[in-house]
Amino acid sequence: MKAVGIILAGGNSNRMQELSSKRAVAAMPIVGSFRSIDFALSNMSNSHVQTVAVLTQYSARSLNEHLSSSKWWDFGRKQGGLYVFNPTVTADNSWWYRGTADAMYQNIDFLKKRHEPYVIICSGDCIYKMDYNKVLDYHIEKKADVTIVCKDMECGEDVDRFGVIRMDEESRILDFEEKPMITESNTISTGIYVVRRRQLIEMLERSAVEGRYDFVTDILIRYKNIKRMYGYKMTEYWSNIATVESYFQTNMDFLNPDVRKYFFRETPAIYSRVDDLPPAKYNPGSEVRNSLISSGCIINSKVEDSILFKKVFVGKNCVIKNSIILNDVYIGDNTHIENCIVESRGTLNANSYYKGEDGIKIVSEKNHRYVL
Amino acid sequence: MIAMLLAGGQGSRLGVLTESVAKPAVSFGGKYRIIDFPLSNCINSGIDTVGVLTQYQPLRLNTHIGIGIPWDLDRNYGGVTVLPPYEKSTSSEWYTGTANAIYQNLVYMEQYSPKYVLILSGDHIYKMDYEVMLDFHKENKADVTIATMPVPLEEAKRFGIVIADEDKKINDFEEKPENPRSNLASMGIYIFNFKVLKQALIAMKDQSNCDFGKHIIPYCHGKGKRLFAYEYNGYWKDVGTLGSYWEANMELIDLIPEFNLYEEYWKIYTKCDIIEPQYLAPEAVVERSIIGEGAEIYGEVYNCVIGAGVTIGRGTIVRDSIIMKGATIGNNVTIDRAIIAEHCVISDNVTMGVGEEVPNKYNESIYGFGLVVVGEESHIPAYISVGKNTAISGFTTRDDYPDGVLPSGEVIIKAGDAE
Repeated sequence: MKAVGIILAGGNSNRMQELSSKRAVAAMPIVGSFRSIDFALSNMSNSHVQTVAVLTQYSARSLNEHLSSSKWWDFGRKQGGLYVFNPTVTADNSWWYRGTADAMYQNIDFLKKRHEPYVIICSGDCIYKMDYNKVLDYHIEKKADVTIVCKDMECGEDVDRFGVIRMDEESRILDFEEKPMITESNTISTGIYVVRRRQLIEMLERSAVEGRYDFVTDILIRYKNIKRMYGYKMTEYWSNIATVESYFQTNMDFLNPDVRKYFFRETPAIYSRVDDLPPAKYNPGSEVRNSLISSGCIINSKVEDSILFKKVFVGKNCVIKNSIILNDVYIGDNTHIENCIVESRGTLNANSYYKGEDGIKIVSEKNHRYVL
Repeated sequence: MIAMLLAGGQGSRLGVLTESVAKPAVSFGGKYRIIDFPLSNCINSGIDTVGVLTQYQPLRLNTHIGIGIPWDLDRNYGGVTVLPPYEKSTSSEWYTGTANAIYQNLVYMEQYSPKYVLILSGDHIYKMDYEVMLDFHKENKADVTIATMPVPLEEAKRFGIVIADEDKKINDFEEKPENPRSNLASMGIYIFNFKVLKQALIAMKDQSNCDFGKHIIPYCHGKGKRLFAYEYNGYWKDVGTLGSYWEANMELIDLIPEFNLYEEYWKIYTKCDIIEPQYLAPEAVVERSIIGEGAEIYGEVYNCVIGAGVTIGRGTIVRDSIIMKGATIGNNVTIDRAIIAEHCVISDNVTMGVGEEVPNKYNESIYGFGLVVVGEESHIPAYISVGKNTAISGFTTRDDYPDGVLPSGEVIIKAGDAE
């Protein structure tokens, strides 16, 4: 592979509300048995990218734990492998990562030491499958300086939380605005970029001198008129999970058989850390409809249009509707949960009632759990 | 202490299930394989050097074990090693018996210069701390310790029986006795002082079909070695027959199973290549079952153990059955009391497990218990009706079923390579 990978996973998102209070968005559990970053990592691995750096900063404990061994994504190699870069204090720098460009700049030695001619940059909070080789081939064919993978959003989707792109017929980028209030275009940047490695080093060093730290506003947007920037349109499934609504919707998308087939039954596969849980168990009284259930769950009652993550216990006479129950949650008897996201490792007392009235309610209950 | 795990047996009493895989590699409990239990016991007991002796159909076993990652047995020193029979300059022979297999791998054991060797077999379902057994062995200054389990006297005649005194010192043995003098059954798990084992193996090397229970243990006893019986009282299940295999699976779906896989303590590890959650469709009904990862259930499932990646079609009803990894069950199928092995395809509108119970004509002692057994990667065409005590293996077509029926007690085994 002619490229090294960088996954930006340091971000926090206010729009994730309480869900991001204990973990970076990239570490967010998703679709029952995965973490958000698994998709970027699996794509890297399946595209035969040998060396991948993950840049973390915000609340990285959960993420570091997930990445504690790189073998699950096939990165346990002598050549290359998975590098996790947390911010560190060095002789000439004691800053946190002040932005995405700064995060890469602070690890510029990593980039300088590699021999691969290209760099693939992506973020850890998007759910998609992609062969980065196709983007790289396109990048080379267009003789581009930077290639940005972009996607046409449906009308009504919140285009205003992304970078919006306008291209000419040749796919050369004419305009790039970050999170505009009003926009004509519905083509957005997916946050996946291909850059020549030396070009990237040069741009990062120059920005650092100028005291500019953000990759999008301070590099891509400023350079858009002097560098050859091209857009590569992807048409397959892609979703960013950095708001509560989109996180909820992305999970629910997997109730659609076509989405599951695309991700799970077609090669290549998505990998994740394995944690040896027994098969899900359905006891008398369980009535599960249109739901995804992960391993380690024990179910004694009604579950509808919901996603149960790993190791969820559902007591008797409960009703769970249109909800997401994250890992290791204990739900006591006679509990009603509707339109909710239940935060992981929670314990819900028996006879409780939770309902999201307008929108999704986030439930985080830390009651005492009695374990027999 | 190092462990030697005997995993070369065919397990012929499992019939078509072990046609193309060794018994230790047969699926169990939705996502596991039988060998996961002794391997997990090893690592949970702190044994990180395990030799796995393979012989019969080792491919699945080799792929499953790999370098031992799922059990954390990928070690710089030790770890798991697969030991198939090999050619030697003076002689070349298969493993002719359990002890012979160990004898042929003396060199493997010697490179670790172990003080104790644990001999295990890869065909039992149990959780056991071998370290406790080793403590017992050391405490008694034993040369050989045999793990035993109290069984009901009437069943004792199916086992090798050990007769021990109050201090658990073994005085005598009986192999499948008519009138057992004790109810302590040998579990086929032994701890040897390596020196004693080595000496016995060399002394008995010319014994044909050299077996632990039949030859090595009596030899050690005859030489006046200190033999002790370690009593184990937990769950232990021999899944040697289709009936006991089916039963052991079904016990897992009890409300609080006697053999509980859901405890944090003493986890069982396995290699799983399917990790995504399972899906239950709006029309699905699942009751009293366990279901593995990535399964897609559109029909009705009662009292079943369903493996990973299984698809069960619309209008299909499955009861009291075991369906292994990757099998596809079509629409409007009815299945009762069946064991369906990995990657089978059951087409639409098939009915299985109907009619009277008739003893199996091919081999009554294997195919019984009212079960329908379908071997790996078999294919059953649409609109077929299959009776009880039957077995099917291979890619079958409509021509194999006169009038679209396989009557109770019949067997179809299509050998050879599928095209």
